[in-house]
Parts: sequence; C-alpha cells; structure tokens
Amino acid sequence: MTFLSYLISGISLGSIYAIIALGYTMVYGIAKMLNFAHGDVIMVGGYMSFMATTNFGWPPLLSVLFAMGVCTVLGILIEQLAYKPLRSAPSLAVLITAIGVSYFLQNAALLIWSPNPKSFTSVVLFDSVRLFDGKLIISGTTIVTIVACIIIIVALNTIVNKTKVGKAMRAVSEDKDVAQLMGISVNKTISITFAIGSALAAVAGVLLCSAYPILMPTTGAMPGIKAFTAAVFGGIGSIPGAFLGGILLGVIEILGKAYISTQLSDAIVFAVLIIILLVKPTGLLGKKVLVKV
Amino acid sequence: MKRKSYFTFAVALMLCLTLLVGCAGQTTKPTETDGPATPSGTDTAPSESKQDETDPGTSTDTAPIKLGGIGPLTGSAAVYGVAVANGAKIAVDEINALGGMQFELNFQDDEHDAEKSVNAYNMLKDWGMQILVGTVTTDPCIAVAAESFSDRIFTLTPSASSPAVVEGKDNVYQMCFSDLNQGIASAQYIQEKGLGTKVAIIYNNADAYSTGIYNKFISEAADKNLEVVSSTTFTDDTANDFSVQLMEAQKAGADLLFLPIYYEPSSLILAQADSMDYEPAFFGVDGMDGILTMENFNTELAEGVMLLTPFAADATDDLTVSFVAKYKELYNEIPNQFAADGYDSVYAIYEALKDSNVTAETPANELCDLLIGIFSGGDFVFNGLTGVDMTWSETGEVAKAPKGMVIENGVYIGMD
Repeated sequence: MTFLSYLISGISLGSIYAIIALGYTMVYGIAKMLNFAHGDVIMVGGYMSFMATTNFGWPPLLSVLFAMGVCTVLGILIEQLAYKPLRSAPSLAVLITAIGVSYFLQNAALLIWSPNPKSFTSVVLFDSVRLFDGKLIISGTTIVTIVACIIIIVALNTIVNKTKVGKAMRAVSEDKDVAQLMGISVNKTISITFAIGSALAAVAGVLLCSAYPILMPTTGAMPGIKAFTAAVFGGIGSIPGAFLGGILLGVIEILGKAYISTQLSDAIVFAVLIIILLVKPTGLLGKKVLVKV
Repeated sequence: MKRKSYFTFAVALMLCLTLLVGCAGQTTKPTETDGPATPSGTDTAPSESKQDETDPGTSTDTAPIKLGGIGPLTGSAAVYGVAVANGAKIAVDEINALGGMQFELNFQDDEHDAEKSVNAYNMLKDWGMQILVGTVTTDPCIAVAAESFSDRIFTLTPSASSPAVVEGKDNVYQMCFSDLNQGIASAQYIQEKGLGTKVAIIYNNADAYSTGIYNKFISEAADKNLEVVSSTTFTDDTANDFSVQLMEAQKAGADLLFLPIYYEPSSLILAQADSMDYEPAFFGVDGMDGILTMENFNTELAEGVMLLTPFAADATDDLTVSFVAKYKELYNEIPNQFAADGYDSVYAIYEALKDSNVTAETPANELCDLLIGIFSGGDFVFNGLTGVDMTWSETGEVAKAPKGMVIENGVYIGMD
C-alpha cells in the first residue's frame, strides 16, 4: 500500500513536470529554440491566479482562465520582443536571450510581488479520496493534475496532427524556408506555438502551486529545469515523449527518495537521464536526425 | 546582408539593455522596500546619506560612526536581509534622534551569495566602514568574516548562526543563537516538557544552518534518551514534495516532528501532513518564525506548532510594543525575528560604545580591539528585543535563554 501511495505521488509530480515539459517541447519542436523563460512564465501564471482568487475574490476556474489569458499575451509579447528579431541569428544568441528574459521576469516579479513567499490556496475544491479504509489517500489536486495532463496531451496531439494550424506547425518544424514558400506564415505559426506553450505554462503554474502551495519569484525555476530534463529524457520535440519523460522523472524521483535515499534523489534522477542519453542519445521517443556534413 | 547584421547588432544592444533593466531593478529594490528614508542602496553618496541619517534638529556636530551592513536585499533570501536592514535602520534613527553619538548605516545587497558578499564588503571598506553589522546569512558570512578578521574590523552578525562564522575569529560576534545552542536547547526542551517520545526529523542537508542544528540535536537526543525514529532530508532543489519524508515518519510511528528548517518548506510540510491525515506535534526552531506572516497562509495548519525563538512580535513589553508599532508604520509589515536581530545588533554596538570617546576618526582596528574587550570582558550585559541579560563568550557566541512558543489561534503564546 505504501508503494502504491508513493507511486501516486510520483505520477502526480510527474504530471506537473509533463505539462511544463510539453511547453518546452512544443516550442523546441517548432521554433527550434530552448525557451528557458518557460519556467518563469509558470511563476507568472501562479501569481496571476493567486491575485485573481485572493485579491479580486474571483472563483477558482475564472482565475485559471485569467492566468491563461495573461500568460498567453505574455508569451506572445516575449516572442515578439525578444525572439522574433533574432529569427536568423545563431541559436546561441537566442539561448542567451532566453536566459535574459528568464532573469528579467524573475526580477520583475521580485519588484512587483516582493520576495516574501505567499501561500497559495488550491484551486481544486473537492476532497481527497480515501481508499482501503483510509490507508490510501489521494488528494483532489492529484486527481485533477493527472486528468488535466491527459486532457492536455490528447488536445495537443489533435491540434498538431489533425488541424490546419497543426499542419502549418509541422511544416515550419520540418523546414522554415520551404514552409514560407508554400504560403505558410512562419512568424504567425511560431507566435501561435508560443501562445499555446504559455497557456500551458499557466495551467502548470496553477497546478504546481495547488499541489505545493507556496509562491515565490523563484517558484518556477527548479520545476522548469526538471521539466526541461524530462523533455530531453523523453526526446525533445516529441509530444508523447514529453509526457512519458515527465511521468517517469516524477516517479523515479519519488521512488528514489523512498527506497534509496532522500539525500540522493536528484542524483538518481540525473544518473538515470545520463544512462538513457548514453544508450539513446535522442531520448526515449526522439526522432533520429541524420545530419549531412 | 549588411542591413541584417546591423539589425542583429541593434537587437544585441537591446538585449544588453534588458539585462541592465534587470540590474536596475535589483539596485532600486532595497531603497523601495526600505521606505523613503533609507540611505541604503548601491549608489553610495556618503555626504547625501549623512544628511538623511542625521536629523538636523537634534544632531550635534559629531560626525557619524560608519556602520556597514551586508545581507540579501534581493533574491530568494531577501526576506531576511530586508528585515535586518529595516530593523537596523530603525535603531540607527532612534539613536541619532537621541543626540550624542551618531551612526550612519550603509546596507549593501549580497543576494545571499558569498562572492557578492565579499564584493559588498570591499565596497564598504572603501567607503570607510568602521564596524560591520552583518552579514545576514550564514554562507556569505563565513566568507566575509574571514576578510574582516584579517582586516581587523569588528563584526557583529545579526543572524548568521553557524559556529563556523565565529570559529577562530576573535573579532566576530553573533546576535542570534548559534546552531549548536538551538540543537541542544530543542532536545532539552522536548525532553523536559515531555512533548514527544518518538521524534522524526526532516532537515535540509544542503544548508549549513539546518544540518548544524540537526547534528547537535541528534547527539543531545542520544544523551537524553530521546528516541529519534526517522530522519530524512531534502535540498533547496527538492523542497516541494515531502510526501515520502512524511510517510516515513508516519510509518515509524513518530509523535513529534522536529523541523530545523526555514518556514517556507515548513509551510509545505504542514499542508502535506494535513492532506495525509498525519497529525504529529510539530516543533520548529527560529527559522520557523515568519510562517504566520506569510500572505494568505491558512493559520489553522500551524495550530499547535511549537517553536523556539528569541523574539515574539506579540510580546507586551514596552520595547517590543514600540518597535513593532514603528516597524508597522514604516514598512507596513509585522517584524520577524530578523528585524529584531538587526535592531538589537545596532543597539548592542551603541551600548558598548556610548561611554567611550570614539569618533568617526577612530580607526577601525582600534574600534575592533575596543569592542572585543567590551564584548568578551564579561561585564557587558545587553537587554534587547531578542532576549534579556545577554552576554557573549570569548568565542563570539551569545548566551541567552530561548523562549518556547506555541501557535494558538494564529498567534504566538509563550509556553513557559
């Protein structure tokens, strides 16, 4: 029974990683850039939802929509101001810009919301489920997180594979120049990608803060890095890969803590990552890319 | 092609500006949080801040003694540095308003980073610092204390509690409990009051403060026949999910959970224990202080939490009442123990110096020897916000009685 509850904690943590990792992977897969500011958009999402519920007294669901709206606008704005001008610059320049944006967001949050941590009220209102005479307790947040993760993955897969926008995304991902020649607006497609990625970040932020109810300007930083690891683990650029990577990372982290050592939990996670990358350099579900020299 | 590279250049320039904006945000931060009358901040203009400091109405002709302060005013540990800076500022203003000896405080940001802390220290030295009140956090303080030891500048840290801060340095003194004392006092308190029989501990093994208390607690618990059934760890990077640690404690049958950690992870532990229906007694140390002032925190979760802390904002003695009122008025917040530590540090230096004839011209090394003589002399007793009848040992550690507090209906109540 203890194992089962560890497993559920792992899947719950993993689902949050997975939702964040989906944002990383979408942007990387289509715009071919690592958006290191993603973790900080999560933090902004958390603060927006916090303000909506605590300061404006809005209902939880509305606060989530509000956070998604603000983050979508923020994501597009970041893309337009910081990344679009660098479309043809070397990828290293874009990477450094992303780190700059990340610091900018963190420090802006520090100024606006002060460094004092805030306690987040969970947006999930229903009670924990008790199974086997109360031996196994699954919190409402855990259930919502897992369900949300599954809904998001199905929705994203449908968008990318079944819709016209998705077709454009895949085309841009394959070859930007050719896509442009075919009449696809590359800039618009990348903007849409950022919009979706940032809306996901807002959802991730709200779920992260609901599960672990503390909110600081640095809240998104570490989960962001872990989720990036998850995205690489599953094969960056692959949507099912991000999901698989996220869940596995969460489960390994919790089980490693429980059965090996609480001190070594991160070391175990990253050791597994190194082994996987040695055996399969493109990640679990990554595509093999042949580069002609 | 040429146009393109020009464009890239412009973008790069903009990028640099973005970074600068970030920096500007950081440097203006302290001045903003400190309120309008703060002379701190990074751009030090001694003549200007002197005017700020000394109230023209009451000041005498004496030039102020230069106090340096270092602590995290931005970054993840900013809550401590800002509190110390604010508390010290109130003390300096009060002392200056008394007339007589005047102080000038220059508080620098170190972002809880040892390297930046040493940079800040060097900057303060160039400014002419005579006494250092700092640094606020342990790791930077260890680095800075080594410098101030070789430069012979008297150092009184408000809140860096590791024994490594004072070890082997005759010029470094602590205003807060050392980690050793907290570990010992906690074990004694739990055992004497019979608060629990089976103890579980969750501590941060990436933090010198937390591990210091933990180690001492464990050895003291062994002497006291206090049974420790589970000790688990986390790091700053894994400080969100505590389900494993809590389940282990629960499985081991612990009836008291000792948390020698700061209040941010503690708040998560309380929430997660609650969602697991696990209800041991919780016992914290001074890092737990601040949990009640967390915005939007559900204080019901902290009901019954016990902690050892030197300062309680709801105490009814005159000193605390006036300090809390002043702090609330200036900074719109209830002061935590770090603010009280900052306030006490400045007053301890003032009390030690007020009968001597030191001036702004007294060299730092002379002041250092003088203060070492006073602090370790054995006759120097200081009464402040964070304790009464405080004395200092030659090693630099403070001796004061810890206050046991319990949280009831969202406020601290003394346990004794």
